[in-house]
Amino acid sequence: MQLPSGTINDSYEKDMAIIRTRWQWVMFIGFVVLIFVFPAFPFVSNYLLRIINNIVIAMILVLGLNILMGYAGQVSLGQGAFMAVGAYTVALLGHKLGVPFWLSLPAAGLSAGIVGVIFGAPSLRVKGVYLALATIAAQFIILWIVRHVHAFGGVSGVPNPPAAIGTFTINSQLSNYYLIIVVAIIMTFAAKNIARSKIGRAFVAIRDNDLAAEVMGISLFRYKLLAFFIGCFFAGIAGGLWANLIGHVQDEQFPLINSIWYTGMIMVGGQGYTLGAIIGTFLLLGVQEIVVLYGPSLSHIPGVGGSGYAGFSQFLMALIIVLFIIFEPRGLAHRWQIFKSSYRLHPFSY
Amino acid sequence: MNGGVYALIALGIVLIYKSTRVLNIAQGQFLVVGAWIAFTFSSKIGLNIWLSFFLTLVAAIIIGFLIERFTFRPLIGQPISALITMTIVLMAGIEGLVLWIWGGWVETFPDFIPREPIRMGNIVLSQQLLWMFIIAMVFIGGFALFFKYTRTGLAMRATAEDHQVAQSVGISVKTVFGQTWAIAALIGAIGGIILGSLYGVSYQLGEWGLKVLTVAIIGGLDSIPGAIVAGLMLGLLEKVATGYVDPIIGGGLEAVFPFVILLIVLMIKPYGLFGLKEIERI
Repeated sequence: MQLPSGTINDSYEKDMAIIRTRWQWVMFIGFVVLIFVFPAFPFVSNYLLRIINNIVIAMILVLGLNILMGYAGQVSLGQGAFMAVGAYTVALLGHKLGVPFWLSLPAAGLSAGIVGVIFGAPSLRVKGVYLALATIAAQFIILWIVRHVHAFGGVSGVPNPPAAIGTFTINSQLSNYYLIIVVAIIMTFAAKNIARSKIGRAFVAIRDNDLAAEVMGISLFRYKLLAFFIGCFFAGIAGGLWANLIGHVQDEQFPLINSIWYTGMIMVGGQGYTLGAIIGTFLLLGVQEIVVLYGPSLSHIPGVGGSGYAGFSQFLMALIIVLFIIFEPRGLAHRWQIFKSSYRLHPFSY
Repeated sequence: MNGGVYALIALGIVLIYKSTRVLNIAQGQFLVVGAWIAFTFSSKIGLNIWLSFFLTLVAAIIIGFLIERFTFRPLIGQPISALITMTIVLMAGIEGLVLWIWGGWVETFPDFIPREPIRMGNIVLSQQLLWMFIIAMVFIGGFALFFKYTRTGLAMRATAEDHQVAQSVGISVKTVFGQTWAIAALIGAIGGIILGSLYGVSYQLGEWGLKVLTVAIIGGLDSIPGAIVAGLMLGLLEKVATGYVDPIIGGGLEAVFPFVILLIVLMIKPYGLFGLKEIERI
């Protein structure tokens, strides 16, 4: 990692710190403060908050998928379904047993993680395309089960009682915004640190060559399943937040297409960069929201807009991802790194 | 009887995997595009149905070439996750394009095969299904002959065996990749016409592509006979399962059954019935 000039690693703590310079601290604290006062700005409407809530929930999921796919190299096309597991866990625990949200949210992560381990088990025998298919199968099977088993609410879904702290219930977009932001900050911190730890390095070794990793003493059984557990844990947390945000969980909220977009967000942002997961999510979902917002008003142009704009936004997002895979296979985060290093070295090219 | 169509579509997936090592998850979208183009030619423009089928096949070949040229050729040598993401995003993109151009409703072809069922003793068979089965089988047989006796087919088989060796004996691997995608798109369009005339033309035909992936896996991703055997097998199994198990669990099994089978196969025999087992070396 390149550091600004004059920053020297003269102790282990300094070497391991994420934030190194005083200016970075200023920016970091400023950013956190900005996030927390964001809803107070006059241009922020409930609609905008709803969009941001959705994006940040997706971001939490993509952070987990980034660990699973970007670091451990295990492709998962069923993240949407694992998110559904988390959402149903929160809704069912809250609705049927009255479990408070701060207990059911970790439970959502755990249950999604366990289901993820079950469906990730084929990764021990197969990889690449075969594994991708197993996770697509997971997507269909999980959603089929929640739809057809009456204990899970069936077609009509499960209502979710809003989370509450004391007497204060979190049911508006604004209160959900703060809940989601706090969880997102914790999860981002966790994702960043998992990636830097022994576990993260083991994942990278497995991604680069799993046989070689095993020869080096990395237990494939343990770490592959752990990767699935972590990736799906994040999905479960995202699902739990979603359940609280939307208030009524239904199987149609987690289609295959979402799982595809999550994978695409990783490709756009850059595999194996925590920052990439964040950029990719905001970029792609931002594009989608813009099309949804302006699509209907474009309907006077023949062929665009009108009833077809849902298809158009799907096509546009796919096109963006395809272009990124072809022209920028390491994603926007890589481009950002290049920019940062050339900026630091500015008068000299290397 | 669905088995024949399964086998035909799976043939397209297997072909692409065999020669380019790309698992084409988007194969189902070739069905949709083929069906809609055929519908546009025959019903909207009002051409003769057989002429419009012919034009559809030509269009499918062009589409196949274009997809290979602009999406997969730049990815030669890229890691597998990029390829997987590319195919599945392609699936989403084509689906979006279809929804954008043709909309999300269901249309029907003009009948070109009589609907009256045939009776053979006690068995009542839908004439449409029977003809579709025969058409699928004829095309499968045709492709088998194509691979065995034509120069292009031979080049494709050589490429499937080993890219470098094929290159060194003077076969242009890139051209073969293009031809493979064109043929797969052609097969998809044929399947799309068949399924479209049975179940109506709509974007939902794309789901068949995902189901058929199961067929390709069961048969072994790089085995053409495997695809045919597994296609017939899954068609049969699916009907048996929906016939006998559905009443017990309350219906709807048909949608998920192939995926359950897929998961089981991946657990116990990941390279399928006839597939080559990959041996890895560091």
